[in-house]
Amino acid sequence: MSIDLLIFLGLALVAVGAALGMLFSRNTVYAVLFLVLVMLVLAVLYLILGAPFLALAQVTVYTGAIMVLFLFAVMVLGPQKLAEGEGPISWQRPWAFGLTALFLVEVVYAFAARVGGLGKLTCATAAAGSPAAIGKVLFNQYLLPFEVTSVLLLVAAVGAVVLTRE
Amino acid sequence: MTASMFGVWALKAVILIVILLTGFAYATYYERRAIARIQARIGPNRAGPWGLLQPVADGVKLIFKEEFIPAKADRVLFTLAPILVAVPAFMLGAVVPWGGEVPFFGRTVHLYLADVDVATLYIMAVGSLAVYGIVLAGWSSNNKYSLLGGLRSAAQMISYELAMGLALVGPILLAGSMSLVKIVEAQKSIWYIVYQPLAFVIFVITAFAEINRPPFDLPEGEQELTGGYHTEYGGMRFALFYMGEYIKVVVMSALIAALFLGGYNGPGVEAFPWLGPVYMFVKILVLVFFAIWTRATLPRLRYDRLMAFGWKVLFPLALLNVFLTAIGIVVLGG
Repeated sequence: MSIDLLIFLGLALVAVGAALGMLFSRNTVYAVLFLVLVMLVLAVLYLILGAPFLALAQVTVYTGAIMVLFLFAVMVLGPQKLAEGEGPISWQRPWAFGLTALFLVEVVYAFAARVGGLGKLTCATAAAGSPAAIGKVLFNQYLLPFEVTSVLLLVAAVGAVVLTRE
Repeated sequence: MTASMFGVWALKAVILIVILLTGFAYATYYERRAIARIQARIGPNRAGPWGLLQPVADGVKLIFKEEFIPAKADRVLFTLAPILVAVPAFMLGAVVPWGGEVPFFGRTVHLYLADVDVATLYIMAVGSLAVYGIVLAGWSSNNKYSLLGGLRSAAQMISYELAMGLALVGPILLAGSMSLVKIVEAQKSIWYIVYQPLAFVIFVITAFAEINRPPFDLPEGEQELTGGYHTEYGGMRFALFYMGEYIKVVVMSALIAALFLGGYNGPGVEAFPWLGPVYMFVKILVLVFFAIWTRATLPRLRYDRLMAFGWKVLFPLALLNVFLTAIGIVVLGG
């Protein structure tokens, strides 16, 4: 067992633990904080895979901006502790269990019915994670999806402004 | 990584932390003395010669204060919040180039902790983490004034971070690299403030907003919020908020110097590399004075004007600056 694998296992444990903590936390502020922890661990995982740009972009965008807004919204609305066993939407619970069971069955089926192994995973070279390399890929190979995404985000921003005006 | 490399790294980190802590202590002294002079007072001058031991006296006083937690507060987050403010401030110092390569007892030593090729993005990422400490301090205190302070901080940070990131793009485009060391090296002949005056102004303003320095200290607002997010704090926990703020003042001044004012470059640095950190120190001293001067001069902004200024003035100007810089580089060939 290599050191990389050990580090990965430790991080994975933290990530999964924090994700579960987010799901089961009864306090919304703690749930948001658990999600922040998941985002941070994801960034460290990118760092281990040799993608520093992606790792720091992840921290800046998700931890630094989006989760701050989440926390802001939770605090404006007033964080309430949900009492045990009662939720605002009670029909969700059976549906959640049913759909999760369906998903698990599908995963098991996909693994059982799969022919051959997972294929060899290759580790990216150090240069592939540099800002220059990412920029080249983004503005050559993925130019159209990139531009389409930017237009989509612009529409969303304009929509938000229009909604607040009414 | 070899053991000796790790040792050098650890040693550098410890030295950096000690320097930043000293910087924190004397930045408070510097501010109190300078503001006193501006307001025609004398300032602290009792402890030691010229009051130089005042930070030590303050530190001792704060350590012996009672660590008080309000009864209805969230104990875990109340304890965690000041740490979350102070730690990112130290982390920012890791990528600042305090000097170039210097000879040190026969070896060549780099006067920075890490030269990462995404240093500018690292500043944005780590700088944005401190807001969690302020927001959580506001929430966990279970005090409406604290909560309002925390909320203000979150909204303010989001509004000014975009303009700050865009202001960083100018020097990045000119140097062709996101590494701070390369950006400083590229300013050997001309400082970037000459090419990027607009980005410089925007970065300085947003840096003040990011550190919650006056005139952007609305999260504290003692008139209407009785101190804001740190109303319920005392003793060393309270001091940690100030540690975060003043270390960030020092580190942000260092970053402004590195990005726009040539960093450790100056006459004679080529021949005597040890002049580099001296130039850096002088530049930081001047920039910290500028921060103190601003605090003594400008009143606090009104909240809606602060948001409007961030979104309607700084953000479009920063975008325009990126646009013009990019065109300039393409037309003039860099």
